[in-house]
Amino acid sequence: MKPHCDVMVIGAGPAGLAAAVAAHDQGVRVCLVEREARPGGILKQCIHDGFGILRYESKLSGPEYAQCELEQVIDRGIEIFPETFLLSLGRGKTGFELTLQNRWQGVFTLTAAALVAATGCRERTGRQILLHGTRPAGVYTAGTVQRLINIDGYLPGRRCVILGSGDIGLIMARRLVLEGAEVVGVYEIRDEPSGLTRNLVQCLDDYGIPLHLSTTVTRLHGEKRLEGVTVCPVDAENRPDPARAQYLPCDTLVLSVGLIPENEILEPLGVELDRATGGALVDQTLMTNVPGVFSCGNALHVSDLVDHVSESGEIAGRWAATHARRVRRIGASQPIALEGELLYLVPQRLDPQAKGPVNAWFRSRRTLRQARLEVWAGERRLLERTYPLVRPPEMERIVFDLDGQAWAGQRFRVILREVRSGG
Amino acid sequence: MDERTRALVCIECPQGCCLAAKQHGDEVKVTGNRCPRGLEYARRELVNPCRTLTTTVRTTFRDYPRLPVRTAGEIPLARVFEAMAAIRGVVVDRRVQSGEVIIPDLIGTGVALIATGDLSHQEEG
Repeated sequence: MKPHCDVMVIGAGPAGLAAAVAAHDQGVRVCLVEREARPGGILKQCIHDGFGILRYESKLSGPEYAQCELEQVIDRGIEIFPETFLLSLGRGKTGFELTLQNRWQGVFTLTAAALVAATGCRERTGRQILLHGTRPAGVYTAGTVQRLINIDGYLPGRRCVILGSGDIGLIMARRLVLEGAEVVGVYEIRDEPSGLTRNLVQCLDDYGIPLHLSTTVTRLHGEKRLEGVTVCPVDAENRPDPARAQYLPCDTLVLSVGLIPENEILEPLGVELDRATGGALVDQTLMTNVPGVFSCGNALHVSDLVDHVSESGEIAGRWAATHARRVRRIGASQPIALEGELLYLVPQRLDPQAKGPVNAWFRSRRTLRQARLEVWAGERRLLERTYPLVRPPEMERIVFDLDGQAWAGQRFRVILREVRSGG
Repeated sequence: MDERTRALVCIECPQGCCLAAKQHGDEVKVTGNRCPRGLEYARRELVNPCRTLTTTVRTTFRDYPRLPVRTAGEIPLARVFEAMAAIRGVVVDRRVQSGEVIIPDLIGTGVALIATGDLSHQEEG
């Protein structure tokens, strides 16, 4: 029996939409499963602009970007299962077996020769950071605030404190001010902001919202509704200094304290994760250690630009199709050793047999001025690039080529170092 | 003569050049930019900073209570709250599509407010 489709894409956000299109264009049968009613993923609530600077060379809003991507899926007649929840994932006789549930078909099973996990990420919540005190209403993640305001049309509070300087937090600071709420300030435990420069300028500076670095929220106050928070400067080891603690009255605390790739559904298949990214360990085809299972988008590693998400979707979709058609010979992939100031690099492995240029994305551990990145295969340097400025919040992308070389047995290394100019 | 220096971070592209812009009367001198866009950016920021405004408007539809909108071009940053006040009064009662004009001339800026979401997709059930 033939599987229901060649490539099953899980999640119809930007990564999944791009993966579905790329797989379809390789001539295979593609299915897209989405748990929400409308495709587009988180872009639906990201009404701000700045999407598609690389991919469409214009600053679109999130819904517009999603629409552009969705139209390509619809034009190709790719099968979408909306409002369909993936219950479990396993192996069957003809490939992977997905147990799904929706209100029209109940619980049902579909089979696929290859899988693309485009399941995105979720926000770190108040439970995952140390917040003392009471547990009142009024503590939200930034994404929840974004949904309440932009989709549902509710203002969640009047006087807000924002903890964490991640991009969604900065964007919601501006959004809250535009909608008439007061934003007391953004508090960041680290000594540098974690959002993009563009957002620091256009969300905070434009509206005179103060950013307090090396400061965190240590306690919540209030019984039913939040009445205030204690903010406290921290030392170099992130230890709060109680002598300098300050009480701030507020009715809302917005948390923008990080995003975590969502990969639980892949666990039963034995997919290995990278502790640095929280996503799967992949080779340059974005295939995980389980042959036929691919990962892309924010499920693979959290990106700051949707353009990178779409690109990784395309790569995963294209190679998933190649896998389903059984035209790829999987080589013995080798790990890439990271040296210097790299926080992470995706992919983590290279398959010397996979044809075509290698796309890779990396982040630095800390802010570097004048940095040099090198990619080595054995004694040969495949790429060298210098950067005037590398910041952990701003992901960098590189492309290099392995083609036509016998790399078997060679050691792959990627090095990022600060260059001291002029001695 | 009016002379002031401002430190700016260029946000025209993800490179984020650190600019120093010096205004000397009508003339703006810029250093730190790696391309002409940085020069333009600094000039605009000093003379009349403009932004694309993105927000939502109310609708009469239960499945889409808010319609995302944006200005088709940039409007002066100084007039953003005035624009928000005008947008707050709008209620959309048509199943508009992305790109449709919601307000043709937003508070006399000559810039239109356009839908960025699509209400034509109706939810079942």
